[in-house]
Amino acid sequence: MDWFPLYNSLRVASISTFITFFLGIFAAHYIAKTPRLLKGVLDVILTLPMVLPPTVVGFFLLKTIGPLGPVGSWVLEHWGFKMTMTWYSAIFATTIVTFPLMYRTVRGAFESFDTTLLYSGQTLGLSNTFLFWRVIMPNCKQGILAGTVLAFARALGEYGATTMVTGYIPGRTATISTTVYQLWREGNDALAYKWVFVNLAISFVVLVTVNMLENRYTRPKGRGQQNSLTGEV
Amino acid sequence: MTILVDIKKNLGNFKLNVQFEARDEILALLGASGCGKSMTLKCIAGIVKPDEGVIVVNGSTLFDSKKGINLTPQKRNVGLLFQNYALFPNMTVEENIMAVLTRVKKAKDAPARFRSLCERFYITGLERHYPAQLSGGQQQRVALARIMASDPSIIMLDEPLSALDSYLRWQLELELIQMLEDFPATTLYVSHNRDEVFRICDRVCAMSAGHAEKVCSTEELFEKPSSLAAAFLSGCKNYSRIETRGQDVVFAKDWGIELLCAERVPANAAYIGVRAHFIAPVRAGEGQNIVPCRVLRVMQDVFSTIIMLLPQGAAPGGNDYAKIRMEIPKEEAKGIREGDTVSVKIQPRDIMLLKR
Repeated sequence: MDWFPLYNSLRVASISTFITFFLGIFAAHYIAKTPRLLKGVLDVILTLPMVLPPTVVGFFLLKTIGPLGPVGSWVLEHWGFKMTMTWYSAIFATTIVTFPLMYRTVRGAFESFDTTLLYSGQTLGLSNTFLFWRVIMPNCKQGILAGTVLAFARALGEYGATTMVTGYIPGRTATISTTVYQLWREGNDALAYKWVFVNLAISFVVLVTVNMLENRYTRPKGRGQQNSLTGEV
Repeated sequence: MTILVDIKKNLGNFKLNVQFEARDEILALLGASGCGKSMTLKCIAGIVKPDEGVIVVNGSTLFDSKKGINLTPQKRNVGLLFQNYALFPNMTVEENIMAVLTRVKKAKDAPARFRSLCERFYITGLERHYPAQLSGGQQQRVALARIMASDPSIIMLDEPLSALDSYLRWQLELELIQMLEDFPATTLYVSHNRDEVFRICDRVCAMSAGHAEKVCSTEELFEKPSSLAAAFLSGCKNYSRIETRGQDVVFAKDWGIELLCAERVPANAAYIGVRAHFIAPVRAGEGQNIVPCRVLRVMQDVFSTIIMLLPQGAAPGGNDYAKIRMEIPKEEAKGIREGDTVSVKIQPRDIMLLKR
């Protein structure tokens, strides 16, 4: 059994999750501060990829980064490489599709953050940078982690937009999801089942992780409770 | 050390309009919830920006709409204790306080200063604890220690005791009074509890619906409130609209009776107020300042009996003002039943003349 699709899927999902992680936190942080009307508009635009059919996202992507698209042709002309039909094309597709998941989960965490913590820090004279990294981020940790895991899971399972911009080239652009489809078309059920089980195993691990994070997130913090990080009472 | 506040802020159907000055004292901002007390503190701290006005602390301008001055909260050096204490939950007591000493004060002797704060606020032994592991009182002490670590020029306390049950509350109040005595500069104390304000504060600024009354001493507010709103906040229960009938005589419109007052009736007096425990039943059915009433309801309180009365002269179907609440010792209330007729005396010295 050729494990390339697993390697390629993990590679694409990891890189796009890395990008989404920073973009999502950045967008959630700044959009939370914008005026209401602008926030509503930006929110709709940024969440759109979550509800659009992935094929529509793929279509827009092809029209933009394809060899004839405005971005694709410019990159090809100046830097000399194609943005579609390569393994890294999938990164563009999965980043766009997973971004809303990260953005919305993190925004939810920021919105449920107790702002009096921020205000008290400011009146004490602590800088906004310190407060962001040492107070806001640690207190939104579970939400941010849950968003990251969800984004990673979605990136691993992405099929529609990915297949449109990468096609299916065994050993070069094949991912788990495109491989399962190809094997089914070829009638190779035995191998298809193997990949299906690989997929099930990964999804299972991801969902258990998300549930564990969410339980920790919602568990009430009582007085004298054991600290979960240090084990101190 | 002084603070001068004169600010306006328009929040849709709520308009905040506050002026007061405070010296080295504990000044209370007393008002019902939603009257703008906390908003005033947030304006002083720089968390909320007023529409116009000035805020000056110890001669330095924190906010001045005309000069375009609006310092960030970090530059104002104003300590604000939140109702929930707002300790950083992800940091230990030590980290919470050391963050201020090392990041803000850049103190070379930070550990030594931390030690002395721990002793002063009785938190030695709790350094490695997280806020969730502390009791309410311990959290309050840590929060105060953290504020003192930043060397504030004034401190402001936002309902520090209202989230607590009554037993714990009394403990914390005693601790708080002791710690405030050690702080030499101005303290603003926000509360909706008149008893707490009377015990803790020197002077009081009564607030209602975004508007601040003139600052007066706590004794003055409770003995001689000048307005209806101030009398409300001081806990007075009985009011009637009035019509002036003579130099020291008023007609209580809601009670339908003429009453003699102990002092000259000011021209702007629109209401009278009488405290529930200054009203007492009398035998004689008629006479000066005697109000014949029907007993509407008799309720047993812990140490007294509360009797709701309707004056016989009250207009039929009268409003809420018409009812009189009387609080008397339990023995004196024996024999009074619902539906009885009882006469009560209102002493001229107990009548508070109030402007609108």
